[in-house]
Amino acid sequence: MEETLRFKLNGKPTTVTVDSDRLLLWVLRTDLGLTGTKYGCGESFCGACTVIVDGEAVRSCQTPVKEVRDKEVVTIEGLAGESALHPVQKAFMEHDALQCGYCTPGMIMNAYSFLRKHPKPSVAEIVEGMEDDLCRCGAHNRIIRAIQAAATEMHGGH
Amino acid sequence: MNEYQYWANDAEEAAFPMDRRRFLKTSGTGIFLFFKIRDISFITQEGPGRVLPQTLPSDFNAYLKIGEDGRVACYTGKIEMGQGIVTSLAQMLADELDVHIDNVDMVMGDTDLCPWDRGTFGSLSTRAFGPSLRTAAAEARRVLIDMASERLKVPAKDLATEGGAVFDRTDTKTRTSYAALAKGKKIERHLTDPVVVKKPSEFKIMSKPLTRRDARDKVTGKAQYAGDIQLPGMLYAKILRPPAHGAKLIEADTAEAEKVKGARVIRDGELVAVLHKYPDVAQSALSKIKAKFGTPPPTPLSAVDDRTIYDHLLKAAPAGKVVASGGDLTAGEKESGSVLEQTYFNAYVAHAPMEPHTAVVKIEGKHATVWASTQAPFGAREEVAKELGFPVGDVRVITPFVGGGFGGKTAHGQVVEAARLARLSGAPVQVAWTRKEEFFYDTFRPAAVVKIRSGITGSGSISFWDYSVYFAGERGAPLFYDIPHHRTTAYNSSWVGAEGAHPFATGAWRAPGNNSNSFARESHIDIMAAKAGIDPVEFRLRHLSDAKMKRVLQTAAEKFGWKPAKSPSGRGLGVALGIDAGTYVATIAGVEVNKGTGEVRVKRVLAVQDMGLVVNPAGAAIQMEGCITMGLGYALREGLHFKGGEMSDLNFGTYEIPRFSWLPKIETHILDDENSPPQGGGEPAIVTMGAVIANAIYDAVGARLFELPMIPDRVKEAMHKG
Ligand code: FES
Ligand code: FES
Repeated sequence: MEETLRFKLNGKPTTVTVDSDRLLLWVLRTDLGLTGTKYGCGESFCGACTVIVDGEAVRSCQTPVKEVRDKEVVTIEGLAGESALHPVQKAFMEHDALQCGYCTPGMIMNAYSFLRKHPKPSVAEIVEGMEDDLCRCGAHNRIIRAIQAAATEMHGGH
Repeated sequence: MNEYQYWANDAEEAAFPMDRRRFLKTSGTGIFLFFKIRDISFITQEGPGRVLPQTLPSDFNAYLKIGEDGRVACYTGKIEMGQGIVTSLAQMLADELDVHIDNVDMVMGDTDLCPWDRGTFGSLSTRAFGPSLRTAAAEARRVLIDMASERLKVPAKDLATEGGAVFDRTDTKTRTSYAALAKGKKIERHLTDPVVVKKPSEFKIMSKPLTRRDARDKVTGKAQYAGDIQLPGMLYAKILRPPAHGAKLIEADTAEAEKVKGARVIRDGELVAVLHKYPDVAQSALSKIKAKFGTPPPTPLSAVDDRTIYDHLLKAAPAGKVVASGGDLTAGEKESGSVLEQTYFNAYVAHAPMEPHTAVVKIEGKHATVWASTQAPFGAREEVAKELGFPVGDVRVITPFVGGGFGGKTAHGQVVEAARLARLSGAPVQVAWTRKEEFFYDTFRPAAVVKIRSGITGSGSISFWDYSVYFAGERGAPLFYDIPHHRTTAYNSSWVGAEGAHPFATGAWRAPGNNSNSFARESHIDIMAAKAGIDPVEFRLRHLSDAKMKRVLQTAAEKFGWKPAKSPSGRGLGVALGIDAGTYVATIAGVEVNKGTGEVRVKRVLAVQDMGLVVNPAGAAIQMEGCITMGLGYALREGLHFKGGEMSDLNFGTYEIPRFSWLPKIETHILDDENSPPQGGGEPAIVTMGAVIANAIYDAVGARLFELPMIPDRVKEAMHKG
């Protein structure tokens, strides 16, 4: 059903008039032009489409847009501050935690939400937290190191 | 000799294509240096055998421009798909030309701006392109010094370069910048003879680790991939697909789809597609089409599945071709104390890049612009031109960032589909394959069989080696062990396969052929070592005279802390060697096998590589880690399930690829071999992964696996056989 939805997107009040059963991934990418969020599988297997809704990582390929009504959505485009990258983004760069970069936005968004809940994670916790995010290029070990480094920067270490 | 030619007003001008003049026209003022990737003979051997553009470059296939803003740009048809050449090529250029790396632009994969290039595969970018780029940069530097000499009235021998400027060594205030030299000029040089390049000891940027230059765009979501291209009026197309390869469309009722607001249904022969300004709406409209497909006519292939495929392949194999031989097999067999005969199997695997094949095509009058995720933009250009009936010059292919390729994006059916639909609809069209389509239309790594018959003497040396490979391809089949009597035979030497061999398309997959060949060879060497009761590292060293291979193996053993023992030792340690793309690899792995479930956990992988001169050590290490990680997949889990042309694995739910919990501790070492030419880095370390794990499993539990992937059931079965 076509309806008008309001939510906060990357800090800005946003209104869309759409069929509210449509999936958030496509509304973000096409209607709103935020293409940083990626499609990888469309069935919740890969995590490429991960965004943050009210602080929680969700898979936008499985989320009808009506579910974000009145909520706060953050995408990869909204993670950095005005002048500085978010520590997770910085750590991904510094640790070369990417190759083709296609999985990277989803990885970063999931890591961001994970670190909110696990400020001082062990490696085993990181593996568990990131387990359902797929990367075909094999950047895994560096992603783990990047998340550890970001945790240290954000929360002062283990 | 530093010879070059002045092209302007040159009689030879006519001999070279319009291309150059076009580049000069569109690229503004500056100093241009055209050059050619040096040795393309082996590209012909190793190309994917799929997209062979008709026009080969006659004179150059890359060029440099030094602009009047002081920026230096390299124009190349190569593309960036994660392998990091946007960084390593820029490093080479910056170092040879003495400019800051931030002032270097890489213009890649745009068929209008860049000269023709065959494609990015076979680990060729650094191997073939690197040396040529360095030479061209060195030559450009020489040209700048000559020009500065004239301007500054200082003899060239007194001049040096640094940070984008030429200065007088004896009076450093006398200087001029590259920008000033290029100002208002249109100078064209063409590189012919090799030029002296810097010695490794002179490198300031090359051979030093450097963080990826594309990282910032990739962590902020700015990096654009083909699917991120959105044009005014563009429609997303979703195409009706058959349930199985070979199934023909009988009828399609599109009435319901047509009722969807804003949807356009396009029918053209067997092609049925829904176009909409939102991809998800196009997809749901497509699902409203009621289609009937016929069952494909029965062929020997329609009954084949992932269990019976190997028998089928052995039957379908064409006559063998001996690709290497030496000595006399019969004599070798006579000298043998024991003869060992085994057959090895390797499954079909998917490339499964995280970015599915995607393309956007816009047609304006007699000209088409294409944005495509492709490893071969010039090949894509030819296919689009053919589809649209345009001359190739009227098609421009632009390659944004590519989200992984691994060989799979040398084929680009999606580009042709987008071109066709753009023509039929009159609108710009994006075709982005779904994961399901990606798993259906991939050009899979072919299933393969290797048969090896060999012997060892009473004293434990290999007496003969008779090796036959079916359908993997020859890459990786040549023997690097010293065996007096040997023969290598290839039955169908291409990964594309023969008519009637494979139930779906196959193609080049990261280090094509070599994964299957190295799995078989290195498993079999281990079997012989065990038979002889000799430690597998020691056994290999006894049969190696190649100093390079010995050095990588010895280094690996030393770094790993290998203690000699005959296998199975119960420790779960394995070793495997390989050569791919000119690079030598030794890998040692440690595994744990759960005897109850057959589950294998890889705990530690150490790989040592000799890849000649390393341009970006950080990038090379990342590539090795990527190879090792991806290799875990085909070694342990990846293998397509299918029946005839019907595919059972259509998403990551059943087709499992490596994930975080699989990751072992990975250690990579690159041997210092800076005086040798650079070799490939994107593929070699993956080839040993099947055998190193198989050998470690044997060492752990005494069970030998002959088939990849080594899923728990197969491991259990092997343990029961003992
Ligand atoms: S695209 Fe959403 S989980 Fe893969
Ligand atoms: S970096 Fe390519 S998929 Fe992760």
